[in-house]
Amino acid sequence: MIEVLYFAWLRERIGLPKEQVETGAATVRELVAELCAREPRYAAAFENPAAIRVALDQELADFDAPLMGVREVAFFPPMTGG
Amino acid sequence: MTVRVQKAAFDIGAELASFGQGAGVGGIATFSGIVRDLPGGGLKAMEIEHYPGMTERAIAQIVAKATARWELLDCLVIHRFGRLAPGAPIMMVATAAAHRAEAFAAAEFLMDYLKSRAPFWKKEITEAGTEWVAAKDEDEAALDRW
Repeated sequence: MIEVLYFAWLRERIGLPKEQVETGAATVRELVAELCAREPRYAAAFENPAAIRVALDQELADFDAPLMGVREVAFFPPMTGG
Repeated sequence: MTVRVQKAAFDIGAELASFGQGAGVGGIATFSGIVRDLPGGGLKAMEIEHYPGMTERAIAQIVAKATARWELLDCLVIHRFGRLAPGAPIMMVATAAAHRAEAFAAAEFLMDYLKSRAPFWKKEITEAGTEWVAAKDEDEAALDRW
């Protein structure tokens, strides 16, 4: 079981800030494919992966990163701090 | 070295009054970010979302990189979240060093990294509705100079 978090417009498009996901995905890319297959709102939110960043256990990662041992996955648009 | 992520307002003057008091400090550089109104006005508020936990962690890593690179005698980062009115301070950084070159460079480095490596997202709220602020290519490119 992985906790998946969504921020900013991803959270709005998917309609929830976080959820527990039962997954056998080996990588972030596989997890995204599983989510997109669930419902159109996920497919719409992840439509342009280049516009989405991912963090694994609160560290920035890329879509090919393995999920083995990861407890928290967060998806969000490019950050706009400062 | 102090990092604070908070909803509450902060007082830049009060923060600086107690900053960089240690021995050997020869220069202090500060930057503060303010909620900018839209060209021609009309911004009702800026809503700042963040990722509690990762935010503190990411900023601490950015500060650690800065202190590894420059000899900083003190460093302060404050970043707010929540709903802010135009003209309100969003964030500030302050760096103290023996000489100004280190203080200025470290403050710029901190700003460049906070902009695109700290998990904050800004949403503009106007009469017409709301709009997420898009990240700029030049903000990402700014990291290359470091």
